[in-house]
Amino acid sequence: MFILTGTCTLFSLLVLFYILGYITVKGMGAISIQFLTNLPAPLGEKGGGIANAIVGSMKLVGAALLLAVPIGVLGAVYLAEYGNNRVGFWIRYSSDLLNGIPSIVVGIFAYSILVLPMRHFSAISGAVALAIIMIPFVLRNAEEFIRLVPRDVREGALALGIPQWKVILRVVLPSASRGILTGVVLGVSRVAGETAPLLFTAFGNRFWDDGWMNPIATLPTAIFTYAISPYPDWHEQAWAAAFVLLAVVLFGNILARTLLQSKHEGASH
Amino acid sequence: MKKQSSESINFPPKKAEYKFSHSSPTSRGGDRFFRNVVLGFGLVVILLALGFAWELIWQSRLAWKEFGLGLIFGMNWDPVLDIYGALPFIYGTLVSSALALLIAIPLGLGSAIFLAEMAPRHISNWLSFLIELLAAVPSVVLGLMGIFLLVPFMASIQPFLIRYLGWIPLFSGSPYGVGLLTAGMILSIMILPYITSISRDIILTVPRSQKEGAFALGATHWEVITNVILPYARSGILGAIFLALGRALGETMAVTMVIGNTPQITPSLFDPAYSMAAVIANQFTEATTQLELHSLIGIGLILFGITFIVNAAARLLIYKLTIKGGRI
Repeated sequence: MFILTGTCTLFSLLVLFYILGYITVKGMGAISIQFLTNLPAPLGEKGGGIANAIVGSMKLVGAALLLAVPIGVLGAVYLAEYGNNRVGFWIRYSSDLLNGIPSIVVGIFAYSILVLPMRHFSAISGAVALAIIMIPFVLRNAEEFIRLVPRDVREGALALGIPQWKVILRVVLPSASRGILTGVVLGVSRVAGETAPLLFTAFGNRFWDDGWMNPIATLPTAIFTYAISPYPDWHEQAWAAAFVLLAVVLFGNILARTLLQSKHEGASH
Repeated sequence: MKKQSSESINFPPKKAEYKFSHSSPTSRGGDRFFRNVVLGFGLVVILLALGFAWELIWQSRLAWKEFGLGLIFGMNWDPVLDIYGALPFIYGTLVSSALALLIAIPLGLGSAIFLAEMAPRHISNWLSFLIELLAAVPSVVLGLMGIFLLVPFMASIQPFLIRYLGWIPLFSGSPYGVGLLTAGMILSIMILPYITSISRDIILTVPRSQKEGAFALGATHWEVITNVILPYARSGILGAIFLALGRALGETMAVTMVIGNTPQITPSLFDPAYSMAAVIANQFTEATTQLELHSLIGIGLILFGITFIVNAAARLLIYKLTIKGGRI
């Protein structure tokens, strides 16, 4: 029994380490400073890099953060502080619904509300798609951590005669900030690797992007394009780009874990 | 600590713990204003969900008008003749997801039992964190590994399997490497962490008294697991499986890269196929007619409907257990 279930666990871990190891070895072999700082080379020429995709991914994720964090955190304030009613139920329900929607369908939604009216692919539509994926993440996580803020803290502040809205903004949210940040970091590392919703919103670009209203390159779409191309040179670049992406995503997850752990240590006295 | 993967579980809303009596008239206005502002941000979420349903229905209206249910049950997908039926894609999605479950359920459940019952708690916490990291690997990266490692591997073992097992229709056909089984294997890696970590959390909710009662009756550890823990956790584990199924059905990139992208229904697991998400990813930007675009969005609506039902079932199952068990 021990051996059987232990083997299952071991197998799962081996898969993880195999993926991490293989990508690291393959990616390290193909990566260089020039790869990180140059534009893609014209077809047929050796070399070239993914600088535009790195910057593009950062821009999109940054814009998605700006859209998703206010909605997520303030919506969570409503749920945690006033949300034990029918409206709260529907907000939670909608958030769970959004969380379960396949990311490619999120892409269709962003396409039909932004790309169709504008008549061309754009960075902003990609950012909206990523924000929609991030919102339920931030919202439900923030709600839990706001609920965890002890009652004494709130009542102490209220007893000083501070209005409730100020208590929430200045006392409750700062106490819950570490937990909220964890959700945000997890959300970022989740959407940083999303490819499907960007295929027909941000679209991809082999040059520097031309503002928010035009197509933009991103790391995941670059990996996809390079991977399914017939050129061995591009395959090498796909591995290197995958290494960069994986490093960012894993760093985010480990950061979130450490944030939470030091929080728990702090709470235990 | 709550796990990333239990995000979508609906916690039973607690009763309001206290009501505020407002101290001064000036703060009351501020409070009401603040409450309305945060309510506004919450309502955005509801609007988004409604917007989704509306856009998917409205933008696919031409296809439903033209084909009706034929869009779901039609066998042909032919952009040249402008005829669209999505059955081969639905078949590919369902079969590849079923294969993924077939592989991931025993592995995930085995790991969950090990992590919850066998391993010491602090080691178990670390191991489950590592297994959850597997869920963080972007699907395009898994697809990349699929193309360059799994597909050649499958292509190398398939001739052997076909020679000895080819008389079973499931293993007949040609050794392409890409196909339903390859897609199912990649998918199983993606959903394994969901099944493992949620099942582990559920197994940890089994009350101590239940287990100790069985031990006191002289049951072995194995008997306690099969006769007490698993029956108690059954609906929650089923919920975890449904949640994983929801992920598998909607997964796009990794499947697109290894399933072979051929719209056909064949009995063989080695044959190339197509999935709903993959056809949207591949053909959306190349749709030439309005009807084709609407048909693709119609497939998106079908996918939305299926994952909606699966996720609702998952939440119901897990929710039932959290009421009974009191915590998750």
